Amino acid sequence: MESYSDKQLIKGNYAIAEAAVKAGCECYFGYPITPQTEIGEYLSQRMYDLKRGYVCAESELAAINMVIGAVSTGAKAMTSSSSCAVALMQEGLSYACADELPVVLVNVMRAGPGLGYIYPAQGDYYQAVYGGGNGDYKITVLAPSTVQECIDLTYRAFYLAQKWRNPTMILADGLLGQMMEPASYGEYPYPEIDNSSWALTGAKNREGRAIYSCARDEDKQNEHIRHLFRKYELIAKEDTDWEEFNTEDADIILIAFGSMTRNIKAAMKVLRAQGLKVGAFRPITLSPFPTNRLNQLADNVDRFITVEMNMGQMVNDVKLAVNGKAEVDLINRPVGQWLSVEEIVEGVKQIISKGVQYASI
Amino acid sequence: MQVFSIPKSMKENAKFTFCPGCDHGIAVRLVAELLDEMDLKEKTILAASIGCSVFLYDFLDIDSIEAPHGRAMAEATGVKRARPDKFVFTYQGDGDFASIGLAESTHAALRAENLTGICINNTTYGMTGGQHGPTTLIGQKTTTSPMGRFRETYGYPIRIAEHIALCEGTAFSARVALDTVPHINQAKKALRKAFQVQLDGLGYGFVEILSTCPTNWKMTPDEAHERVKNEMIPVFPLGIFKDVTDISE
Repeated sequence: MESYSDKQLIKGNYAIAEAAVKAGCECYFGYPITPQTEIGEYLSQRMYDLKRGYVCAESELAAINMVIGAVSTGAKAMTSSSSCAVALMQEGLSYACADELPVVLVNVMRAGPGLGYIYPAQGDYYQAVYGGGNGDYKITVLAPSTVQECIDLTYRAFYLAQKWRNPTMILADGLLGQMMEPASYGEYPYPEIDNSSWALTGAKNREGRAIYSCARDEDKQNEHIRHLFRKYELIAKEDTDWEEFNTEDADIILIAFGSMTRNIKAAMKVLRAQGLKVGAFRPITLSPFPTNRLNQLADNVDRFITVEMNMGQMVNDVKLAVNGKAEVDLINRPVGQWLSVEEIVEGVKQIISKGVQYASI
Repeated sequence: MQVFSIPKSMKENAKFTFCPGCDHGIAVRLVAELLDEMDLKEKTILAASIGCSVFLYDFLDIDSIEAPHGRAMAEATGVKRARPDKFVFTYQGDGDFASIGLAESTHAALRAENLTGICINNTTYGMTGGQHGPTTLIGQKTTTSPMGRFRETYGYPIRIAEHIALCEGTAFSARVALDTVPHINQAKKALRKAFQVQLDGLGYGFVEILSTCPTNWKMTPDEAHERVKNEMIPVFPLGIFKDVTDISE
């Protein structure tokens, strides 16, 4: 058990930044945008002190491509941004997936669509999980719910990116980025991955290596995409992660991701105290999504209710996972004040008593 | 006595896919010769681009990574910041470098990145079949300016080498052509300088190469080189626009 002395009060954005440093991030490239700007501010000094790479990029387009350039040499590198600016990085993510490059990207979500505003929201679930880039590809997406997880999942993001040579996103939100909690860094817990078989180091004592996705041969292109999707299946098999609480006897399971998880656990306790058999479920990896586990749970559960700060995005992945075995409902608010425990409890009661499938608070 | 051979930095079985009479082949060969002569092959990483230049990795036996359209200088920056001991260059068309990638190209120069940029200016988008681009000349007919480029709708072409020379972080910026043997020799000299300033850590080295596109210009190779001389050079004058190593002044 950790002693209190290991912990310090850390802001979510700083936690992500320092965890990246401890994970061995050699270069950071970024462009300012609220509510994640502290990451770049912190790293500008920290990377300078450590004689590592740092560039205030001219745009998010440039930032993601700088990361692509850096990781192509085998270096660990990261960028961070928020919602409307992550939209500018989608092209880069498509290229990085096609080229199998271990890009690490942080999205501290704000409200949208368009410019939206800087209050918290979870409207980028689709953007993260389904992407806005062209072609068939999947990135890996991790959703922290506490400042401690901002650290732990940043470590994991660097590891999974390297392990699978696939872009990996930490999908946080403005609430998490701006709040302070006790947390501890510990040590980067993962092994280093040998990338000498593919990294660009100069064609010394070997032929030149080209990292590219353009294939004029259609069979080659088909095979490359199938190869990517065989890899995505392996990622799902080995690295899908979730948490569940009181699911053994549950009739109703509340599902949320990221910081919204905190309130469904509290709402679960309130509803249990009132005699309802309520459980809670929380995907840690949004991509790959814990589809199989939800499908298993659906055998014994009447109703899943997702609680999201958007107009209902993850709810559709839950529906796909449950595949008609149980009811799937939604409690939501698009942006702003987090759905409170009371509001979630009220939403659950509305759904049960009135049979509504949708409780927009 | 052997007087001609394929540069070591080119793949032995490389077959250019450029159109007959296109100057890309000469430009790529000059790059390969310099990589050999300056002993750079083993430490070189190319950030490739989109356009007719896209297949460079089929021709050069060096490490390379593709960049999305316009982003080569951003990727090159990432490579260089991660591995400052490598020789890093881009090879881009005028659309890639100076239209969709103008921000990346300009800011790499402003940051004084130790990189080398090579831009092939043929006044059109060659790969997609000859559309109006950032360097299309006033009066020039393309598939998207069939009446000829005119100011009211299309504005003016950009003088890339002069633009890059204005950036404080630029160590060397020149414009060359490949229409005559003396011009080819000057081009190689300029490229050597643009490579050397990177190696010496002086900042951004840049060469704009005026080049032909006989297919899309609908000209023979000879006619195309005449056009470079008679129409392009008067608008895009050859010369060195910045050279921080020049101490003659």
